[in-house]
Amino acid sequence: MSNPADLLYADSHEWVKVEGDEAVVGITHFAQESLGDITYVELPAAGDTVSAGKEFGSVESVKAASDLVSPVNGEITAVNDTLENAPEQLNGKPYETWIIRVKLSSAPEGLMNAAAYEEHCKNEHH
Amino acid sequence: MKTIFAESVEGRRAAGHAVPVDDNAPRAADMLPAALLRKNPPRLPQCSELDVVRHFTGLSKLNYSVDANFYPLGSCTMKYNPKFSEYVCALPGFARLHPLLAQLPRTAVYTQGALQCLYEAEQWLCEVTGMKAYTFQPMAGANGEFTGVQLIAAYHKSKGRRRPKMLIPDSAHGTNPASAALAGFETVNIESRDGMVDPEALARAIAQYPDEVAGLMMTCPNTLGLMETKLPAIVEELRKIDALLYYDGANMNAILGKMRVGDAGFDVVHLNVHKTLSTPHGGGGPGSGPVGVGERLLPFLPAPRVRRREDGVFYLDENLPQSIGKIGPFYGSFAVVARALAYMMRLGGEGLARVGEYATLNANYLKKRLEGVLDIPYDRICAHEFVASAPEGMRALDIAKALLDRGFHAPTIYFPLIVHECLMAEPTETESKQTLDAFADAIREIVELGRSNPQALLDAPVTLPVRRMDETAAARQMVLTEDMG
Repeated sequence: MSNPADLLYADSHEWVKVEGDEAVVGITHFAQESLGDITYVELPAAGDTVSAGKEFGSVESVKAASDLVSPVNGEITAVNDTLENAPEQLNGKPYETWIIRVKLSSAPEGLMNAAAYEEHCKNEHH
Repeated sequence: MKTIFAESVEGRRAAGHAVPVDDNAPRAADMLPAALLRKNPPRLPQCSELDVVRHFTGLSKLNYSVDANFYPLGSCTMKYNPKFSEYVCALPGFARLHPLLAQLPRTAVYTQGALQCLYEAEQWLCEVTGMKAYTFQPMAGANGEFTGVQLIAAYHKSKGRRRPKMLIPDSAHGTNPASAALAGFETVNIESRDGMVDPEALARAIAQYPDEVAGLMMTCPNTLGLMETKLPAIVEELRKIDALLYYDGANMNAILGKMRVGDAGFDVVHLNVHKTLSTPHGGGGPGSGPVGVGERLLPFLPAPRVRRREDGVFYLDENLPQSIGKIGPFYGSFAVVARALAYMMRLGGEGLARVGEYATLNANYLKKRLEGVLDIPYDRICAHEFVASAPEGMRALDIAKALLDRGFHAPTIYFPLIVHECLMAEPTETESKQTLDAFADAIREIVELGRSNPQALLDAPVTLPVRRMDETAAARQMVLTEDMG
């Protein structure tokens, strides 16, 4: 699966779609494939503040539990709570399944475009 | 699989086991509020004694154990537990002691032998690891980790400073971040370089959090099965800021009798007695996770400590004003410590050193045998265990399941997380060359099968009481209760 060109990517394998002063955040195809079947998503609450590089929740799979790391700074305006009962959406359609929406307090920094992110993923595999 | 309820036949009883009912005795039902009383009698299985014996004997035959088969579960040190240790801890003088006897002034005299065991086990562990003292209170490895990081917290508190950050390398044992978090620390991940803790990454983390770093938790050899080679530089970095170095004893088997962690600069260590000192493992427990300390942490150990008076009498010292308090009941899992002492005394210093040698030799032999079969990401001498990746296009999970069909326990899979499709094998020193060869042959056959007939690999296991479990469904739709009617 290719990584959509209209998204930005974090080295911790989250994607970001920036729309004006709002950002939508999810996890990448590489993340869901590395994790395997996702069984549980620990979500934050709307109104929580997120900071770039800090965890805002976690995903558990049959293999491991991993932190969700925020790629942006801001305040959460909405949380995709359908993930509570159907975490498998993240496996099936990683780029159509958002996790949080964030009202940005500053412009995103240090994120990659799709080509740079693909290169980053290649280096992660042994 | 059938439960005991499936054996139940209305009205069947085990003869002679029920206590006669005294009709005049007070009844609990008359004393409890009506709202708390159940409406119907519980649905209990009705079975004869023989039904029960057959049912549970049948279940026990499905159990997989080191006594029956090879168990190369990486990071778990599933070595054979000698029956001699069982004999020692079952001696009536130990097995029938009540722990309170040691604390009552008139009966303490009857517990001198048990106290001597604890005292001498502590001396042995100090000698083996180069630490100053040990507590046996922690009831398992992770409980020991918690105790160890609490000791670190107490040390910084006694100096009147706040040090909220605990550094943990990504190659450390998996429970370390949880133990540190439980003790109130925020954990900071230290990325390894080429499989080693990187002193430069450590220095960067210390610079990023000036005056905040309490310590570093290390697993050595690490979970990649590699001996850390930069220890002196790491110790120096931490000493500069008076932060403490924690040794996770999960992989102690590799260095037993070869390296004393106290001499290497570690300030606090927990040992997994059920791993390194060959006492029973896991669910069957109980566990034991003694914690050893160097000079700086000595005042903070849990109370009481076993001490010896000049006239040779052993006693419990409760007078430890800076102690972090109690971590476990009484003196820890006494019977486990007795087994560990028996094991150490039986092997002696020379035998303990051979444990480390043979554990390392066996792991390196098995790794060599599997070269070209599995991908070996770190091609160098390993310690007591090694990591491998499933060959391109195959999954660690499928290889693991196919091993079960061939009578072997699978290695640890998908840990450590930094290795792709990871299989982590730890053969231990108690396995013979023949067993290691049979295991390596089985993996070779499985990988060949994966190439010639991938579906056969996906179908495994086929010879066990149950087929492939749907682990995803089990995790997503957990059913943890049984309807008792």
